[in-house]
Amino acid sequence: MNTLHTITVTINGQAYEREVEPRLLLSDFIRHEIGLTGTHVGCEHGVCGACTILFDGEPVRSCIMFAVQANGHEIMTIEGLTPDASEENLHPLQASFREAHGLQCGFCTGGFLMTLLPFLKENPDPSEQDIREAISGNICRCTGYQHIVDAVKIAAAKMEGQ
Amino acid sequence: MKPPPFEYFAPTTLDEALDYMADYGDEAKPLAGGQSLIPTMNFRLAQPEVLVDLNGLAELAYIRPAAGGVSIGAMTRQRSVERSPLVAEQTPLIHETMPYIAHPQIRNRGTFGGNLAHTDPASELPAVATALNARFRAQSRSGQRWLTADEFFVDLFTTALEPEELLVEIVIPPLPARTGYAFHEISRRHGDYALVGVAATVTLDDSGLCEAARLVYFSVGDKPVEAVQATAALAGQKLSAAAIDAAAEIAATQDIDPPGDIHASVAYRRHLAKVLARQVLAAATARAKQD
Ligand SMILES: Cc1cc2nc3c(=O)[nH]c(=O)nc-3n(C[C@H](O)[C@H](O)[C@H](O)COP(=O)(O)OP(=O)(O)OC[C@H]3O[C@@H](n4cnc5c(N)ncnc54)[C@H](O)[C@@H]3O)c2cc1C
Ligand code: FES
Ligand code: FES
Repeated sequence: MNTLHTITVTINGQAYEREVEPRLLLSDFIRHEIGLTGTHVGCEHGVCGACTILFDGEPVRSCIMFAVQANGHEIMTIEGLTPDASEENLHPLQASFREAHGLQCGFCTGGFLMTLLPFLKENPDPSEQDIREAISGNICRCTGYQHIVDAVKIAAAKMEGQ
Repeated sequence: MKPPPFEYFAPTTLDEALDYMADYGDEAKPLAGGQSLIPTMNFRLAQPEVLVDLNGLAELAYIRPAAGGVSIGAMTRQRSVERSPLVAEQTPLIHETMPYIAHPQIRNRGTFGGNLAHTDPASELPAVATALNARFRAQSRSGQRWLTADEFFVDLFTTALEPEELLVEIVIPPLPARTGYAFHEISRRHGDYALVGVAATVTLDDSGLCEAARLVYFSVGDKPVEAVQATAALAGQKLSAAAIDAAAEIAATQDIDPPGDIHASVAYRRHLAKVLARQVLAAATARAKQD
């Protein structure tokens, strides 16, 4: 039952090898085994979006995947967005969220950014409706979403030149 | 909210997966996208002893043309179906339905076959597959069989699949000539399960009268519910606003027996059922005229 499986997972460009129980959720693996606690856990049943990561480049919920399924795959977490985490080097998405007050407590923010990163790559000039649909799978209890939508518009403008 | 322990197998071929299913039978569950199964395990509503992970089966992830329609491998991600030009071209009703299923993050992982095998009564695809006369290929170590949608969807979260069988392929036949289609649902937020939803197809005869119509609801019963009395009333008729209105009334009051819950009362669900029937029948008729 508790057979351990050896897995190799690349997270933010670095390869990790670990032994895991099959039932270990990918979100818990990222937080507890690897120590990357920027991936938050809100509901653990796929509804809130706080645990969103990029799995082979696509946004997915890490709370409804098993770590053992990530064997051989590539993951990016919120920590991968700004490798040196310095204020000057904030990713345009992060800078825009700060500028537009797109967060209050910040619990949801990592999940929003990991959802929005691939969205803005595919939709460099989104309409307000596009933005609202893109974030419909992420819940924020603080902002009322308006400032998040504003932040995404600013981010889109900033990233267009890049 | 942690899943119970289980034994995990990750076969890389269908034959190998079918061997595990045969060996473990009732104790085993196939793991597709996990977007319904893992939440259920996190809640401990499901406690399978063995999970057979199908994600390594590249041979079940495909979208191919099939005799004018399309054939979709069970492990094809919902997002791939949504983005497939072939699906948009050959079976546009499916194409239009996909964005209503959950959110992009869920569709990136959730599979076409897993959604149908899960048979959630609030799920869009079982109703759409029924309206389109989809056929389901089930396979086990001892052979394969084809099922119609009526045969496949048995009850609440229950299909006709035997414990050792896997759903491997879904074939969506082409629509007949002079046929229009439409889909609509009402949910509380974009991406939520629908309070009521419905898919329709309408086929006109040479003279522009209704030759046949299908109206299939979801979220109003234990499985997809076809409004047979409503569509029978349309057969041979001119599809005027009055005829469509009368059929929508029959659908909402006689064909369905919807549940009431905190999100919607029985009366509200019937009201939505009528309004939606009117909209999809009118839209499908308009498309049939152009076909
Ligand atoms: C927040 C959220 C919102 C959602 N909203 C919607 C929605 O609006 N509409 C909707 O339709 N769905 C919705 N879903 C469910 C989603 O579409 C799931 O992806 C889908 O229901 C199950 O597909 P899966 O591939 O994830 O299957 P899994 O979760 O892996 O499996 C589901 C069940 O089917 C069985 N199974 C899977 N594949 C096979 C197979 N090939 N053969 C035999 N049995 C199999 C499994 O053993 C399991 O019992 C939502 C999910 C979440 C988390
Ligand atoms: S913690 Fe994963 S979606 Fe809520
Ligand atoms: S900022 Fe608090 S939940 Fe979004």
